[in-house]
Amino acid sequence: MNSIQLNNDMSIVISGEAGQGLQSIEQIMSNLAISSGYNVFTYSEFMSRIRGGNNSTEIRISSKRITSYVDRIDIFIPMCKGAMFRFKGRIAKETIIIGDVSHIDEMYKDAYRIIYIPLLKIMKELGGNTYINSLIIGFISNLLGSTFDSAIKTIEKRFKNFGEEIINNNMEAVKTGFELSCEIIEADKFCIQIEKTEDVKNNLILYGYEAIGLGAIAGGCNFISSYPMSPSTGVFTFLAKNAETFGIIVEQAEDEISAINMGLGAWYAGGRAMVTTSGGGFALMAEALSLAGAIESPMVIHIGQRPGPATGMPTRTEQGDFLTALYSGHGEFPRIIFAPGDKEDGIRLTHQAFNMADKFQTPVIILTDQYFMDSSNNMNDFGITGLKAEKYFEITDDKYARYKFMGNGISPRGIPDHGRGIVRVDSDEHDENGYLTEDFNVRKNMVNKRIKKMESIKQETIPPAQSGSNHYKYAVVCWGSVRNTAEEAIAAIARNDIACFSFTQLYPLYNGTADLLKSAEKLIIIENNATSQFGTFIKQETGIEFDHKILKYNGMPFSVEEITAEINKALLKE
Amino acid sequence: MSNVFEPEVDTDIAWCPGCGNFSIHQILLKTLSELKIKQQKLVLVSGIGQAAKTPQYINSNYFNGLHGRALPVATAVKSCNPELTVIAISGDGCVYGEGGNHFIHAIRRNPDITCIVHNNMVYGLTKGQASPTSRKGFISSLQISGVYSEPFNPLAVAISLNASFVARAYSADEKQTIEVLKIAIKHRGFSLVDIFQPCVSFNKLNTYKWYKENTYYLDDSHDPGNKVEAFKKAVENEKYPLGIFYTNTDNLPFEKHLPVYKDSNEPMYKRNVDSDKLAELMKNMKKN
Repeated sequence: MNSIQLNNDMSIVISGEAGQGLQSIEQIMSNLAISSGYNVFTYSEFMSRIRGGNNSTEIRISSKRITSYVDRIDIFIPMCKGAMFRFKGRIAKETIIIGDVSHIDEMYKDAYRIIYIPLLKIMKELGGNTYINSLIIGFISNLLGSTFDSAIKTIEKRFKNFGEEIINNNMEAVKTGFELSCEIIEADKFCIQIEKTEDVKNNLILYGYEAIGLGAIAGGCNFISSYPMSPSTGVFTFLAKNAETFGIIVEQAEDEISAINMGLGAWYAGGRAMVTTSGGGFALMAEALSLAGAIESPMVIHIGQRPGPATGMPTRTEQGDFLTALYSGHGEFPRIIFAPGDKEDGIRLTHQAFNMADKFQTPVIILTDQYFMDSSNNMNDFGITGLKAEKYFEITDDKYARYKFMGNGISPRGIPDHGRGIVRVDSDEHDENGYLTEDFNVRKNMVNKRIKKMESIKQETIPPAQSGSNHYKYAVVCWGSVRNTAEEAIAAIARNDIACFSFTQLYPLYNGTADLLKSAEKLIIIENNATSQFGTFIKQETGIEFDHKILKYNGMPFSVEEITAEINKALLKE
Repeated sequence: MSNVFEPEVDTDIAWCPGCGNFSIHQILLKTLSELKIKQQKLVLVSGIGQAAKTPQYINSNYFNGLHGRALPVATAVKSCNPELTVIAISGDGCVYGEGGNHFIHAIRRNPDITCIVHNNMVYGLTKGQASPTSRKGFISSLQISGVYSEPFNPLAVAISLNASFVARAYSADEKQTIEVLKIAIKHRGFSLVDIFQPCVSFNKLNTYKWYKENTYYLDDSHDPGNKVEAFKKAVENEKYPLGIFYTNTDNLPFEKHLPVYKDSNEPMYKRNVDSDKLAELMKNMKKN
C-alpha cells in the first residue's frame, strides 16, 4: 500500500459495542487534540441499550475551527465484529480502515485501504478486552503527533480514581498502541499533516449539555428537579455535580409532573428553578406549563428533543417538538422559546432564559436535541463570568397585591416573607390580590394583562445569526442545532449570492424576519423534522412561504455534505 | 385578641351549609393563632377541590395550584426557604387520587411540612362521585351499583413508608383536632393529618352520625413509636381510631439533607451566583 496523506481536516470514526469505552476515547482524544494544537469536534451516536449493539463516535480534527458533523470518514476503526455494517454508505474507497482482521468485513478486504493491527492478539496478551479503548487512544495519539508523555498524562488523569492496577494496565495498553502506530509511521504507510495553532491550547471542550448547565449556573439556577430522560439528562447530572459548589438544590422527582410543580414552588419561594426533559416528559408537564402562565410564574424548561411520537428513538436526534413547545398548555398566555445553535448560544441563551423568565414572569423553553447535547467542540471562554443573574422580585408592603394591574401587564413579583405583604397565587382566575374570582370583568382584565406582557417580550427578540453574503439572492433559514452544519455548508458552497439565517429565538419570532426574507428571490429552509414546523410557523406569522424545504427525520443529524448537496440541488432547480 | 389569619375581607365562602370544611377552617384558624406563627412566614399550598379552597379564606400566603400537585409545590417552597411554615391542605381526591404518586414520594422525601387532608370519602366539587377513600358499596352517579375497589388507606401507606408523623382527626371534634394539628405542625418532618369530614350534599353514607358511631380515640396505651402497633391501628376498619398513630424521628427532614444548607440556613432568594467559583469552574473545565 502506498503512503497515505491526510491534510488539515480529518474525520475519524471509531465503532464498537456499548461498554467498550467509546466515550473515554472521544473525551481523551479531544483533550489530546487541543493540547497538540488542533481544533476538534466530536459526535457520538448510540443505541438505547447498556451493553452490546453498535455505537460510534466521530472525532473531527482540523487546523481551522470545526463545529459540525460530516459524513466523510477518513479513518475508520472497528473495535469489534459487526462494527462496520451500519457504515456501508459512509466507508469510501478513500477511507483508511484500521483494525483487527477479524473485525473487518470481507467485502472491504480486497479493494479498500486497510491497515491491519492484531488487536485481538494484543488484547489477549494484556489480559482482556477491557483495555481496547486505551490501546486505540495510544494508537491515534501518535498518529496525531502527540508525545507519549502527554498521552500517558491524560490517561492518568482520566483513571485517577480507579486504583493502581487499572491505571497500570491502561498505561500498558496506551504504550502498546503508541508503539504500534510508530511501526506504521516508520514503515512510511501514513502521514497526517494538520497545521497546528497555539490559539486552541487554552480552549474549553464543551458538550451541549455542559453549555446548558453552565448557562443555568450563570443565570443563577439554584433549583433543578427533573426525571431522567434521554437526551436531556446530561444537564441534570452536570448541575448535580456542581450543586455543592454553586448552592443548587437538586432533586430527582417521581415524575415530570412533580418535577415542574416543584420548579414552580421554588420560584414562588424565591428560588430560580429549571427542569430538563425530552418531548415525552414535557408532554406530562403541559398542565403545569399552563399553571406558570396562570400564576405568572417564571420557569425555565429545557427540552432535549428526540424523535417521537411516543417513545420514538430515545437516543437519536430530531427537531420535532417546536410546535408542541409553542402550543402546549391549555389557555392563552405568553411564553418564550429559544433554540441554541452552537455551544456559546447554549450558555448565553440559558443564562438569558433565567433573566427573561424572571423579568416577564413567564415560562421560557430552551429547545435542544440529542445532536446538540452529545456533540462537543473546542471554544474559547468568551467571558461567561460577565453574565449576571438578574433578580426581579421586590420587597412587599402590607398593601401588596400580587397581580396589580400595571400598564405593561407586569406586576411587581413578591415572594413570601420578603417584606410585609401577603403573596397569593392561584391557578383559578383571580383578582389583583390573588383571590379566586368568577367576575367576568376581572377575568377579561386579567387575560388582557397576561397577553399584554407579550408586547414587552417582543421588544427583546433576538435576530437570527447571519452568515454568508450581505447581498443575497438566496436565503437559507435554519434553527437550533442545524446552525453550524448549515453555516459550514454555505461556506463550502462559497457563492456570493447566498446567506444563511440561523434562528436562536423561535418565539416570539424576531420582528424583522419578514424584512430579512422578502429581499431574497428564493427561500430555503432546513429542519431536522418531517413537516417543516418552523417554516410553517414563519409562514403563519409573515405570510412568507419557503420555496425549498430540506428535511431530515431518520434519527440522525444533517451532515455538512448533505446540506451542501441539497442546497446545490435546490439552486440548480432555478 | 384578633387573629391575623382571619380573612381580611368578607368573602362569600363557597362551601355548602353544614359542610365539615367550615369546622376545619375554624380549627385551622385557631391552631395557627395559638401557635403564634408569624403571618408572613406561613405558606398554605393547596390543589383543587372544595377543601383546596380553604387558603382563600385565611389571611396568609398561599399557592393554590393544580389538582393533585400540592405536595411537590409545598416540598419545593420549604426547601427554598426552610424558615417558612408550610402546610399543604387539600381533599382526599386531590391528595390520594390525582396526587397519589406525589403522596407516596413526599412521605419518602420527608420534607418538614404538614399535609392536611380533608377526607370526606366523596368527590364534592364534581358532584358526588367516589373518591379513593369511598367505602365499598358506596353508590354514586358513576358507581351506580356501588364501589367495588378497595378503599385507599392513607395511614397504613404512610406508616409502611416510615412517615414522620401520622394522625387522623375528625372535623366535628374541635378541641382534639386543634391539639393534633398543633403537634403536627411543630413536628419536624412530613406530618400527615387525615381529617374525617362529612359531606352533607353528596355523602349520605358517612354522615355526622356515622362518624360518631364508627370512630373512637386512641388512648394512652397506644405507643406512637411502635410501628407494628400503629399499623394494626391503621388497618382497623370496624371502628376507625382517631389520634396520633405513629411518629418517627429517625429520618432527617428533606431540607436537612440538602448541601445548600450545610453551612447556612439562608433562604435561596437571598443568595447570589458566586462568579469567582464560576471562573474557577471554567478554568477546571479546561482540561489542559
